[in-house]
Amino acid sequence: MSKAAYDVAIVGVGIVGAACTDEFARRGLRVAVIGEDVVGSGATAAGMGHIVVMDDSDAQFALTRYSQEQWQQLRSELPDDVEYEQCGTIWVAADEEEMIEVHRKRAYYGERGVPTEVLDAKALQSLEPNLRRGMAGGLLVPQDGVVYPPCAALFLMERAQARGATLILGVRVAKMGEGKLRLTDGTEISAAIIVNAAGASAPDLTPGLDIKKRKGHLVITDRYPAFVRHQLVELGYLKSAHSMSGDSVAFNVQPRRTGQILIGSSRQYGAEHTEVDNPMLVRMLQRAGEYMPGLSQLSTVRCWTGFRAATPDKLPLIGPWTGDTSVFLATGHEGLGITTSLGTARILADQICGTKPEIPVEPYLPSRTVKEYVHA
Amino acid sequence: MHSQVTVTVNGALVVVPFGATVAIAVAMAGQACRTSVSGEPRGPLCGMGICFECRVAIDGTPHVRSCQVLCEPGMEVATEK
Amino acid sequence: MNREERYHFDVLVIGAGPAGIAAAVCAAECGVRVGIVDDNPSIGGQIWRGESNGPENTDASEWVQRMRRSGVAVLCGLRVVHQPEQGVLLAEDLSGFCELKYEKLVLATGARERFLPFHGWTLPNVMGAGGLQAMVKCGLPIRGKRVIVAGTGPLLLAVAAYLRKHGAEIPVICEQAPWSSLARFGLALLSWPEKIAQGIRLKRSLAGVPLAANSWPLAAHGQKTLESLTLSRAGRVEDIPCHYLACGFHLVPNIELPLLLGCAVGNGRVQVDEFQETTVSSVFCAGEPTGIGGVELALVEGQIAGRAAAGRATEARAWFGRRKKAQRFVQLLDRTFRLRPELRSLSLPGTAVCRCEDVPYLRLRQHTSWQSAKLHTRCGMGPCQGRICGPATQFLFKWGPGSVRPPVFPARVETLMGPTRQLEVQRSE
Repeated sequence: MSKAAYDVAIVGVGIVGAACTDEFARRGLRVAVIGEDVVGSGATAAGMGHIVVMDDSDAQFALTRYSQEQWQQLRSELPDDVEYEQCGTIWVAADEEEMIEVHRKRAYYGERGVPTEVLDAKALQSLEPNLRRGMAGGLLVPQDGVVYPPCAALFLMERAQARGATLILGVRVAKMGEGKLRLTDGTEISAAIIVNAAGASAPDLTPGLDIKKRKGHLVITDRYPAFVRHQLVELGYLKSAHSMSGDSVAFNVQPRRTGQILIGSSRQYGAEHTEVDNPMLVRMLQRAGEYMPGLSQLSTVRCWTGFRAATPDKLPLIGPWTGDTSVFLATGHEGLGITTSLGTARILADQICGTKPEIPVEPYLPSRTVKEYVHA
Repeated sequence: MHSQVTVTVNGALVVVPFGATVAIAVAMAGQACRTSVSGEPRGPLCGMGICFECRVAIDGTPHVRSCQVLCEPGMEVATEK
Repeated sequence: MNREERYHFDVLVIGAGPAGIAAAVCAAECGVRVGIVDDNPSIGGQIWRGESNGPENTDASEWVQRMRRSGVAVLCGLRVVHQPEQGVLLAEDLSGFCELKYEKLVLATGARERFLPFHGWTLPNVMGAGGLQAMVKCGLPIRGKRVIVAGTGPLLLAVAAYLRKHGAEIPVICEQAPWSSLARFGLALLSWPEKIAQGIRLKRSLAGVPLAANSWPLAAHGQKTLESLTLSRAGRVEDIPCHYLACGFHLVPNIELPLLLGCAVGNGRVQVDEFQETTVSSVFCAGEPTGIGGVELALVEGQIAGRAAAGRATEARAWFGRRKKAQRFVQLLDRTFRLRPELRSLSLPGTAVCRCEDVPYLRLRQHTSWQSAKLHTRCGMGPCQGRICGPATQFLFKWGPGSVRPPVFPARVETLMGPTRQLEVQRSE
């Protein structure tokens, strides 16, 4: 490509950075990837690892669906510690009003070839006996699954290294742009293209990027096999996830292969510190207890927080950055980075290598946000 | 006050001195407290509530540290498989 | 539980060992409302466990009687798990939870044994030295059992003497430290008269039991439980059949709760000022968490912390001199019982280092940090929260310690919701 030391330098060793590194390496490019911390830490370690098809928008559906198919193709290669389980998601409807949403969702998924099953109150109860009685029903999406994200990121990174990628850890990027990365130790790395995959920290390196930190809390329990069998998400989640301002919580629990249960979720803007925010934790657990009263007696081992990289329109930024022709972005995945990491890597590599993407990339191009800001 | 307490461990009666912890009852029953993630038998290590190796189910509540709970008459103790 | 949902104390003491009891007594004698909380079913901590009523330890029974007279509210079997807001702690027992409000807090969380992984150390009946002693104090029959005592630290002799007195046969005590260190330790003890007396008593009760320096366990064997032990005994390998191994490699301060509260820690010890106050205002710390120094230092620090917490800091000054003297013992212990590097090779590739998650040495040695190992192998992610494998990996791999997150001990979801929150949930249903 050029005289630069690398064709592509990727900043960030979360799952998005790892997936991009792997994809570029697979295509035979000279890739370096730079991370401050351990591979698969940051938001990757803080998140749940739900591999889920979502339909907040057509574009979100397209990317999550495309990515989930890749996870399924990858399944036979994943090592055991990635803990891939196709447990399915149940979108839980608390009342008849939410059942309307169940039917809408079923129709939307069905038209696009995603199998689902509508559950009435009785069917829901028999699949998830620990849910509070009196729920109206739900929608089972059987192809959704879960992974353990830090090991998934490590798997992708190690595969990328086996394909020739260079991993540089324990250093910090001070400045990037115009085909160069300067590390805080003074080292310079030249690359024809630089990919900012630094998650919620991406704006530190690419000023002007409209990404906000959206803090989340999670709790993990001791082992209670079969207490929860599917990823359970309240349909009210949509209201929570959509709210642009204000803090919100939603019932969202996940069974781990270990028998542990992850309890979520919370969303907060403007909270910059990593400590557990107790009122938020209490609200989140309270919400979980409303849906699943038996949770209150389970023993928890750990609570933690993480920062999602949130964009104004809830879609990631994948593609060239308008401010610098050498810079591409792969960030802004909010709560869907684990699912969409694989699809992101593919369509970013397509853009850079000039191959035809399998899904339209326009909705994710960073240029879209710039236009919006001009209007605003 | 009685000088002895009777509990059951996996259904078998065990008589322990008054003031004995559940860990003692499990040991006197000749049982391991739990089976580890990879299938090994495990018993108490630290004896002071730190290591969580002595977890058992007491009256149906799983994952209780047996070294921190005193035996009470009729308590039903089950080792963790 | 038969407790109130909320408590409010002027001085709240966490941990009812010697340091905590001394702090609670001194604070209460100043006339303030004092509560003392301990995770164990009864007071005394590890060293005074089961002795507070007996004739064996006059110090213990004197302090306990003083505490009874002073009106301290004693809450046992209750573990502190979280600080939901400044000045409030959440605690739970087997069946319920409560909120503990305080004006001043004294952390006297004690220490735990350090364990080093070797082949077979996960077999039932391989226990901590203090661990086995605690079990025997709680009623484990030990008469006629063969118990090897091994590891390092002054606790080994005390445990061996205790077990022997209760009918155990002790074929050998293995101390990893070299004779030269032990000899220097013995000489240095001459400046502590009370420790000389203890030493003489120990020597008498251990007459005929061989103490082997430069010695440590290599491997434990057995089908379902321990049957024999292979030792490295002063350079020779030896197999000894036994029922129990009581094995600990000195002590590690319990600093998880201080860390959760934001107290500064250096070199694994909570940092305190001359009044035992931590870097967090109104939070004091006494005893082993400020450095492993034994019961005398713990008592002095507790007395200073208790008085200072009760607002009588000037009176606490009277104990500064005794503290200074007792503190010299911290360095002496550190020097004498420093772990020898050979112990790093005790773990075989398949030896489980993390017992909660069964993570073998083999998988850990590929990692370069505690965080990396935790994330990618689950080491330290089980219910002990790394309390056992953390100190082991710090020694094995020289990894730094990790951060502490709530709950500081595994806690039920309802406890984390807290008392008011629980009521709100019931209303909303």
